[in-house]
Amino acid sequence: MSDITPPKRPRRWMLYAPLGLAAAAGAGFYAMLQGLQDGSYDPRGVPSVLLGKPVPDFSLPALEGVDLPALAAADLRGPLPGPVLVNFWASWCAPCIIEHPQLMRLAREGIAVHGINYKDRVMEAGAFLQRHGNPYRRLGRDEPGRIAIDWGVYGVPETYLLDRQGMIRWRWAGPITADTLEKDLRPLLRRYA
Amino acid sequence: MIGELGHFALALGCILALVQAILPLIGAHRRDARLMALASPLAGAQLIAIASAFGALLWAFAVNDTTVSNVVLNSHSQKPLLYKFSGAWGNHEGSMVLWVLILALCGGAVAGFGRDLPSALQARVIGILGLIAAGFLGFIIFTSNPFERVWPPPMDGQGLNPILQDPGLAFHPPMLYLGYVGYAVTFAFAVAALLEGRVDAAWGRWVRPWSLAAWSFLTLGIALGSWWAYYELGWGGYWFWDPVENASLLPWLIGAALLHSAIVVEKRESLKIWTVLLAILAFGMSLLGTFLVRSGVLNSVHAFANDPARGVFILALLMAYVAGALALFAWRAPKLGGTGIFAPISREGGLVLNNLLLCSIAAVVLVGTLWPMFADILFGAKISVGAPFFNAATAPLAIPLVAAMALGPMLAWKRADLAGALQRLWWVGALAVASAFLTLLVAGYHVWPALGFAAAAWLIGAAAADILDRIAAFRRPSQAWNRARGLPRAAWGGAIAHAGVGVMFAGLAGMGLATDALVALKPGESTRLAGYEWRLERIRDVQGPNWSARRATVTVLDGARVVTVLEPEKRFFPVGRMNTTEAAIHTNALRDLYAVLGDERDGGGVLRLHHNPLAPWIWFGAVIMALGGGLSLSDRRVRVSAPSRKAATAPA
Amino acid sequence: MTRWLFFCLLLALPAWAAVGDPNERLPDPAKEAIAREIGRELRCLVCQNQSIEDSDAQLARDLRRLVRERVAAGEDSAAVIRFVHQRYGDFVLLRPPVTAATMLLWATPILALGGGIAVIMLRRRRALAEAAALSPEEARRLAELDRGAA
Repeated sequence: MSDITPPKRPRRWMLYAPLGLAAAAGAGFYAMLQGLQDGSYDPRGVPSVLLGKPVPDFSLPALEGVDLPALAAADLRGPLPGPVLVNFWASWCAPCIIEHPQLMRLAREGIAVHGINYKDRVMEAGAFLQRHGNPYRRLGRDEPGRIAIDWGVYGVPETYLLDRQGMIRWRWAGPITADTLEKDLRPLLRRYA
Repeated sequence: MIGELGHFALALGCILALVQAILPLIGAHRRDARLMALASPLAGAQLIAIASAFGALLWAFAVNDTTVSNVVLNSHSQKPLLYKFSGAWGNHEGSMVLWVLILALCGGAVAGFGRDLPSALQARVIGILGLIAAGFLGFIIFTSNPFERVWPPPMDGQGLNPILQDPGLAFHPPMLYLGYVGYAVTFAFAVAALLEGRVDAAWGRWVRPWSLAAWSFLTLGIALGSWWAYYELGWGGYWFWDPVENASLLPWLIGAALLHSAIVVEKRESLKIWTVLLAILAFGMSLLGTFLVRSGVLNSVHAFANDPARGVFILALLMAYVAGALALFAWRAPKLGGTGIFAPISREGGLVLNNLLLCSIAAVVLVGTLWPMFADILFGAKISVGAPFFNAATAPLAIPLVAAMALGPMLAWKRADLAGALQRLWWVGALAVASAFLTLLVAGYHVWPALGFAAAAWLIGAAAADILDRIAAFRRPSQAWNRARGLPRAAWGGAIAHAGVGVMFAGLAGMGLATDALVALKPGESTRLAGYEWRLERIRDVQGPNWSARRATVTVLDGARVVTVLEPEKRFFPVGRMNTTEAAIHTNALRDLYAVLGDERDGGGVLRLHHNPLAPWIWFGAVIMALGGGLSLSDRRVRVSAPSRKAATAPA
Repeated sequence: MTRWLFFCLLLALPAWAAVGDPNERLPDPAKEAIAREIGRELRCLVCQNQSIEDSDAQLARDLRRLVRERVAAGEDSAAVIRFVHQRYGDFVLLRPPVTAATMLLWATPILALGGGIAVIMLRRRRALAEAAALSPEEARRLAELDRGAA
């Protein structure tokens, strides 16, 4: 070992760099775990690109056999008499049954709830409303699911809140539970009333 | 009763692990031979306790004990015995028990085979393994008890997810864990070296076999998972760059770097600080994978319970071990200096380049995997990082890595002659260029497959050139055989592992030329794909042990000759009401014919047919890599234990 | 690597037993190849971490059909991807766009490589000049290591 150099002092900051990176990552992970618990971090949530924008152009036919007017973008342009909810649903969707009572309650309270029936059969959709009640003022039928893509819908149920100017203010992917209604939706309804 | 015994054994193991952590470490610090001597028996006792606990868990699954909630959730009496066992480690709690069992096995191995280690080093390594075991046993006992009872017991279990009932997947987790946990041993060696304040050739000689073994098992584990995805998921894909897959790739990449830098430590007493850091990071990546998969922070929908309490516990363990070791590293690493010098063009230089590129690829995979989560909490941005990113960002790093892989073994230690190495590889280079052009000529304008075949030819050719060169096959052919037998197995192992990477590249390139068809056929009708005629004969019902299925019979013809009969199935599992598709695959090692059955309509069925050239080579390549690792492991130098420290540090 | 796939398939269960619909493919192989390239860039949002080409979730099918309709109508790849991007946001792109939030991500290969080279240069500046060939002593030690008789 003739030419081993005397130990060179490595620069200290280099030796601390891995520790610094690991600590930063650890802090980030801790923030994520906290966020998971209080709901501020949701790895699966996909934000809507429509927030703050009016609804995209569309015109959907009514659901046959149900005595409700059809739904088109023109019905959702401001100025509107009050905030409006647009709910994508289907009879084959189990979470839709969970959220239905909340929609019924909102409808009884006089909130305008419009429905878009997604990839469903006419008979079954009608039967669903007969069995669980009808919360909708207007109901469009999106059998091919094409309008849902324009809205950026990725599953049912999904619900959008429009303010009086017809701007989308809130999107909820998944069922509106009683908890969601009280904690998230009610304050928004008051704010945009 | 057995369950309570298992639970008790876990608690006993935890206490033993804690004692195993404390006494030998104190002993090593005080140079107290009696305390250090406790390390091995304690590791043995801990192993017995954990093995009993694991045995109790297997027993509960084997007899379908429905008073154990883990069995209820993951098993069913109708399941074949193999899948009852694999169900035991196919869930969060059971897999953690397997994890600590393998850790205890490693501790036992260090105790059993490490008699020639300096006693203080051995005591420290076993102590640190005990510290790791104690943490994870605490995690199991406090958050994930596998023996939890349910009362009243249900009539039967809920069954294991049918797509997990598969021989490939039964052995996938044990292989992966052997790899992950193997890096716990190199980690323990690294921390022990930092505590001692010295790294020498003997240390490098001990770390190498462990990193080789861990890397070989990890290679097999990843390959099994990828192979399973290929044949079970029915899309013909084999790697999705999913966060959970990446989590297993990260320790593999860092481990490959470690494997190479440990050679430099052993042979040239250089790169010591760097090797210690890699050993810490390799285990850190293993733990990071555990955290990501089990904590719920990932944007990967997985079934391991997303209990935030568990996440916090694992994060605490991760930070305690990794950040603790890195803090120790920052403090003590300067003591490890004493670097042998070398020219940039030298074997050492080649291995540094290898480390640089492997670690850069690892950095890309790591950042790509974590960035969606960090972009979310830092900027509130929801983004996805998928295959197109990983392919684009890793390819520019992989190309020089492949180029250097062939050259490195040709270079002499300390100062080498690059021109000479290139001269010896000229025919390999010509072969690589020819492969690329041949691909373009035969298959048309496909850039990546052409590059892939060039890489394959370059790597396999260079491995052959390396061996031919070492045995002087051309200069003194008469003695070549004797020289080949005398060549160290590590040299053979290295060349074979490099050739295995080449074989894998050939497979990847072949898959880049895969073709498929999606057709609706009625019985008797046929379609053409890749020069073959595929004829649907019939679709009928079949019955399996715990499933029923629709099975299509597809005859594949080359002209009038029957090449094979493929029978893809759609299975229905009444327990759990789940469907699975079973792809039918016929391989002749050069190409796979692959058929999947879809919807049935109008008396016929939808079939997706694939022609996958060289597909099996992807996994052959991985097996060859692992074999190369195993061969290196069986090298005389490893089998005939490490030299005593005195002999190694004072050259004759 | 194991459980996520299961869950992924569970979410897509109604459509999962199917393997695709022959009618959805474009008759022109060149256009089908373009459509597939586009599909591999787009994330299946329901069945996360897979592209719409690798999934049979209902939404993935719808998006596949939409991509093919637009390709058949003669739109170029960038326009088709923009169409989907406008509706589903950055999340749908498997190749994240370069923005302030992804700058560091895209810079990783250069930062890692550059950082590594910088560290090596800093550490080795002096040693480089001095390295000679192996001394006989060192060569003997290496040979002994190879023989396993150190």
